[in-house]
Amino acid sequence: MSAQNQNSESLGPPKGVGPMQRREMWLAYLMLAPTFAIILMIVAGPLLANFWISVKPVQLADLRPPTVLVNERVRGGPEAAGDSAELEYRLRNSSQEEEVRDVVLTDAIPAGFDVTALPDVCALDESALTCTIGTVEPGWRERLKIEGTVTEAFLAANRPERASKPVIAGDADNILTSFDFTLDNFRRIFSAEEFWSVLRVTFYYTIFGTGGALVLGLFAAQLLNTVFKGRGIVRGLFLFPYVSPVIAVAFTWVVLFDPFSGTVNALLTKMGVVSDPINFFGQRAIEYSLFGIPMEFPLALTTVIAFEAWRYFPLSFLFILARMQSINTDMYEAAEMDGATPLQQFWYLSLPQLMGILSVLFLLRFIWTFNKFDDIFLLTGGNAGTRTLTVDVYEQGFALSNLGAGAAVAVVVFVVLVTFATLFIRFSPKEEGL
Amino acid sequence: MRPGSILLAAVTGLIWGVTSIVVVAVTLTLITGEVALPQATAAGIAGLISALVFVWRQSSGAEGGLPAWALAAITMFVLLMIGSFAAPFNLSLGTVPVWQGLALIVTILGATWATTVCLNGARLGAMSRYEREVIYIRIAKGVGFVIFTIIVALPFYVMVMTSLKSQQTLLANPLDLSIDLSQGLDGLFRSYVELFTQFNFGRYLLVSAYVSVATVILTLLFSVPGAYAVSRLRFPGQAFLSRSVLLIYMVPAIVLVIPLYAVFSQLGLRNTLTGLLIVYPATTIPVALYMLQGYFRGIPSELEEAGLMDGLTRIGVILKITLPLSLPALASVSLYVFMIAWNEFLFAFMFLDNPDIFTLSRGVVSLNSSEVPRQHLMAGAVIATVPVLVIFLWFERFLVQGLTAGSVKG
Repeated sequence: MSAQNQNSESLGPPKGVGPMQRREMWLAYLMLAPTFAIILMIVAGPLLANFWISVKPVQLADLRPPTVLVNERVRGGPEAAGDSAELEYRLRNSSQEEEVRDVVLTDAIPAGFDVTALPDVCALDESALTCTIGTVEPGWRERLKIEGTVTEAFLAANRPERASKPVIAGDADNILTSFDFTLDNFRRIFSAEEFWSVLRVTFYYTIFGTGGALVLGLFAAQLLNTVFKGRGIVRGLFLFPYVSPVIAVAFTWVVLFDPFSGTVNALLTKMGVVSDPINFFGQRAIEYSLFGIPMEFPLALTTVIAFEAWRYFPLSFLFILARMQSINTDMYEAAEMDGATPLQQFWYLSLPQLMGILSVLFLLRFIWTFNKFDDIFLLTGGNAGTRTLTVDVYEQGFALSNLGAGAAVAVVVFVVLVTFATLFIRFSPKEEGL
Repeated sequence: MRPGSILLAAVTGLIWGVTSIVVVAVTLTLITGEVALPQATAAGIAGLISALVFVWRQSSGAEGGLPAWALAAITMFVLLMIGSFAAPFNLSLGTVPVWQGLALIVTILGATWATTVCLNGARLGAMSRYEREVIYIRIAKGVGFVIFTIIVALPFYVMVMTSLKSQQTLLANPLDLSIDLSQGLDGLFRSYVELFTQFNFGRYLLVSAYVSVATVILTLLFSVPGAYAVSRLRFPGQAFLSRSVLLIYMVPAIVLVIPLYAVFSQLGLRNTLTGLLIVYPATTIPVALYMLQGYFRGIPSELEEAGLMDGLTRIGVILKITLPLSLPALASVSLYVFMIAWNEFLFAFMFLDNPDIFTLSRGVVSLNSSEVPRQHLMAGAVIATVPVLVIFLWFERFLVQGLTAGSVKG
């Protein structure tokens, strides 16, 4: 291709998009298409849908759209061939508020049942029954009776009316797709007294959880930055909290700190450290006074933060260790020659080298801790002053069955998050390659 | 003789004396179930004096006789026994004598060993700032090791041991985390047997394995071509696309839960494994794509160009050159995605109602009720943890690589 180009117009490299490059471009789009399709469908779509739901008055129960329920039975107790009997359909609108339109019932008449009389709305074609009922009111009930006589085949069969299930078709307004908007959800969550305390708890949890994990990780990395026998094993052990399933470690902590049968409380009371067992995950606050000023120590929140730091220190530990091992040792040798003490070496050489990775880790962990739901939900269920925004989404949406309010809280989560992400993009040091 | 140096040696001995006896006493309590009260004051003073003896002996330069560490150990033993009236754990000599003796030996040797390592080279005379800081750091590291090992290992130890107990023994003495061999193997593993026979855990295990493996396969099918395109092919929007993929894993799952719950309910996908297998890959693909493209960039493009020159198509190049060269990356991505899918809790919890298709996470949550005894819950936790930990330990090198390369989502 380039040879041809040079022949035709020997004026430097070709301009514009050549056919080969175009082919490459399309190939790239084709290869990325499935990834983007699924991400749009499962991540971007729901994000937008969440905004939609947050301005709609939708309850958990609204997810089941109104429909007509039907129940079929045989009446009249036919005993011999030729007896008359009745096939009865009981119909009911499942909703007390919504009408259902264009209701049509279709069913197959059981074998051996000879129809003698039909309700007006129904029509029979061979054994196929079609009843066109039309629009029904909220809370509507009706019985459709089909009279007929039975034959030997009908009596011989066990519950012959069960052979085919009646099928109901009908349209109803679905609250999710209607254009019925409200700002009640936002009004409700912002005016709730606990919302601001939830917000405060979220920030405490995020900041101290992140900080705790980083400090523990930095310390652990210092421990393992020397060569000794069994270092691999210790490193593996230190990663356990991070790689284990969250349900396993969360429930273990709950059992470990249980006020009645927990090991920690048993140890503390038996060894005389405390007189009464402490309910680490259930007690909102411990009151104490500092210089005569009454203060509160948020116990459950602190325990949850400790769990967060415990579970995620391995991640920062791994990153910091990797960074420390890539620091050039010449620098330390030079410092050693100049008589720098170990703490000076750490403070003036190691720490500045680690600042980059530490700030990236802080921002990443900050966002992920902010997003965290599982841990608190499993440890306290958001009780005892540990409800964060993410737990509040669940609480509003599913525990209180108000999907709209839950989505509104999720919108708050998302807005706060976008703020952080913007900061992250702006301040992330590029050279760390994250 | 300098007061500062004496103080440093004394504090070192004090710290190790106290740490050692507390750790050993707690361990003794958990192993035997007898409440061992550590006589911390006595042990601290014993450690303090023995450290001074050690430093004095070490720096006196005397030849022959007992080595300095043995002298320190003997000093510690004598002082500890005197100070605690021959009951360092506040237990009478008759209770669990073998364990007590062992614990005493471990306490003294542990304290002495730690002290001698920390104070190796220390003097009672003047020491430079450098020498003192070396000792500070040794102490901090030593204490750090003890604390980290305890906080990491204790929960897992409690998890395993609780799962092997029976309800009565747990309530009778929560401190008794010993293995009671007298009840036989049946009694020991009763919780596990009941989980597998009555609580359907065999099925949960299979479902979890199926979901995790399927997620890995789907993720690779999607992310390998995507990563290749981002790393090798030139097209407009390349930088934007690879950046926006990163942004995806900042999106909190809880924001997606309500819309997905609503939509999946309407589509009838909610209470199905298909639903999970749509959501899981969507959350893992961005991470996998990010990890893989980093690796693909590291493969010399000359190799691929040579393949193209020799008449391979792009697909041929990927299958015959790129993928075989990136097997380590594929392995770490697969393991990593497997772990995410295996450990996933939120969507499994929200979507699955039908006990026939519970994943392990969902199954263990269903054990968390007042009707199910605690040891069953812990046994469930062990069942959920063991496969992940086995895989992790087996492939640790790959995984650590993957964890740092992909900057794991947690």
